[in-house]
Amino acid sequence: MRHILSILLENEPGALSRIVGLFSQRAFNIESLTVAPTNDQTLSRITIATIGDDKVLEQIVKQVNKLVDVIKITDLTERNHVERELLLVKVAAINDKSRTEVKRISDIFRGAIVDIGKQIYTIELTGSSDKLNAFIETLNNETEIIESVRSGCVGIARGEKALRV
Amino acid sequence: MTTELFTGAEMVVKALSALEVKYIFGYPGGSVLDLYDAIFQQDEVEHILVRHEQAATHMADGYTRATGKVGVVLATSGPGATNCVTGIATAYMDSIPMVVLAGQVPTTLIGNDAFQETDIVGCTRPITKHSFNCRDLADIPNVIAKAFYIASTGRPGPVVVEIPKDLMLPQNKAPFGIETDVRMRSYNPNVKGHTKQIRKAVKTINEAKRLVVYSGGGIVLSDASELLTELVETLKAPITNTLMGLGGISGTHENFVGMLGMHGSFEANKAMANADVILALGARFDDRVTNNVEKFCPNATIIHVDIDPTSISKTINAHVPVVGLVDVVMQQILDELAATNFTPDEEALIDWWQQIHLWRDMRHVGYKQVEGEKIKPQRVVEAMYKITKGEAYVASDVGQHQMFAAQYYPFAKPRQWINSGGAGTMGFGLPAAMGVKLAFPDKHVICITGDGSIQMNIQELSTCMQYNLSVVIVALNNRSLGMVRQWQDMVYGGRHSSSYMESLPEFTKLAEAYGHIGIKIDTLDELDSKLEHAFSIKNKLVFVDVLVDEKEHVYPMHIRQGGIDDMWVEKGVKA
Repeated sequence: MRHILSILLENEPGALSRIVGLFSQRAFNIESLTVAPTNDQTLSRITIATIGDDKVLEQIVKQVNKLVDVIKITDLTERNHVERELLLVKVAAINDKSRTEVKRISDIFRGAIVDIGKQIYTIELTGSSDKLNAFIETLNNETEIIESVRSGCVGIARGEKALRV
Repeated sequence: MTTELFTGAEMVVKALSALEVKYIFGYPGGSVLDLYDAIFQQDEVEHILVRHEQAATHMADGYTRATGKVGVVLATSGPGATNCVTGIATAYMDSIPMVVLAGQVPTTLIGNDAFQETDIVGCTRPITKHSFNCRDLADIPNVIAKAFYIASTGRPGPVVVEIPKDLMLPQNKAPFGIETDVRMRSYNPNVKGHTKQIRKAVKTINEAKRLVVYSGGGIVLSDASELLTELVETLKAPITNTLMGLGGISGTHENFVGMLGMHGSFEANKAMANADVILALGARFDDRVTNNVEKFCPNATIIHVDIDPTSISKTINAHVPVVGLVDVVMQQILDELAATNFTPDEEALIDWWQQIHLWRDMRHVGYKQVEGEKIKPQRVVEAMYKITKGEAYVASDVGQHQMFAAQYYPFAKPRQWINSGGAGTMGFGLPAAMGVKLAFPDKHVICITGDGSIQMNIQELSTCMQYNLSVVIVALNNRSLGMVRQWQDMVYGGRHSSSYMESLPEFTKLAEAYGHIGIKIDTLDELDSKLEHAFSIKNKLVFVDVLVDEKEHVYPMHIRQGGIDDMWVEKGVKA
């Protein structure tokens, strides 16, 4: 099963490599990983999407927690949460038909065209990973995807539950 | 008043001194020359010069295992630091507190593939509890204090501190300040067990009919041997130790059923397999204990006490997990037992102990020593036990001799048995024994080794001469890599691929060349007298080279993929 793990850790050199090293050393999966400092610059927050059964997840959570730099870890998928991923995708828009079609699909998915070239549209879309997958599939049926980049998902718990020091 | 200023090198020494470090084990080189110069100019911290950095780590490790104090290693950048890797991994696997100070090229050269530059923090990341790169001169003392705190608290382990050369140059100075009472918001190891879990554990113990206490290295690390003995005597239960936990309870205690696991005793493994409750204390269900986890102790409810949550339910599911320091949790269990007026179920105990005694009588495989035939290695260990009255520190290398020592030298006290259990590092024994001897110069310190292992750090005979470390080295010389050979006999159709040593040195002469005493024993009738002589020599290192039967195997031995009690008990005989 897919899980979204949120990790609060010291913003120190080497902290990220310890997390990544742990996953490879113990043969845990990483589907995606995002990291950035939080509003408190001494802290970083990492979101990892991973796949594993309950036993593996228990080990991942415990092993991450054991790292000296890690302050807290939570499995967001255990409770209500908001999950988002950002996609930037560059597609061929070579004639009126394809330009219209790309614009229409973007609108339906609530994407935004953020850059236009002679024969190129660049679209920005935010949403759940599923939504992004569906968008890419739909685009692929209409035109050529030149390149795409995804941020990996970030998440936050709904309500009062918070990951903080 | 002006504040006194210090160089980074001076700060390192001052920090170590503030942390009450007596010895550092190391080897000089380019990036740490300023530090060596600072060491030269003071006499609070003594530096022990080894002949290879790996030995420095093992020597610090042996010192720590025997004394409980954090071991400190100092190595230069590049190869000096990478030579420490095996020793760091060894300490990591056995949860030994160690601080490794590694030099680094100047900050401005880092990342340039400079001379003797290696990213040692990167190299050691998977085998350290934590590591630090010093980047600011004034930070050095507090980084070292943090390293000590992390290494020695919670589940202990090695910590690497990398210090670039420019931070230690004489022209760069800063005021010295150290905070030895370390607090970190991201690191707060549990101490006490959860009260609810303690109650659950005691309830489970109360309902047990066939309880086994299974204790490991955690007991030794937390100096909890007296509490363990009290607990076992209160419960009147059988107790087994892991290889790392030997000495946690006296090897001659009447409740002790021997070591368990791959080469554990018949009755220990049988008791585990037939237990209805297993109380695991500071042990981690290592694969050398469990054999096939699918078949592991199917009827047992498992109470698992450990300081490290990741050890719990990692390989074997724990029904009652308790996270906390094992000594604190044992006291909590004892208190709860007393509060609930615990009385052992005498009727169940009689049946259980009868069964265990039956297994004990059935097992007796041991070994057969026939007069006039080659010396059996087990016989040598028994002789050493007698001569040293069971009071020696025994540092072991890795292989058959290690198992024979574990089986035939019942340790009365914790910290007496010094061996590389988790990593299984050949070459560990001699430097570890040296670390013990340095701490306890008046005690018998044995390095039990083999003709394979001893050659992996034999250069340290020179260090022994320099510091007059009068270890007694007993090599069970079978002209083979015994444990490899045993597996080849049992699993690989007797094909001895590269397990035979055809050009061994004359060890006694080698010892003499280094300035020590060499004694060779090749017949049974001279074994006791020559060994006794070896142990009577004071203030000289003695290398005893005992030629033993190369065909001897270690038994019992787990049958691969079987349950914990599926064992070979002698050649070709299954239990």
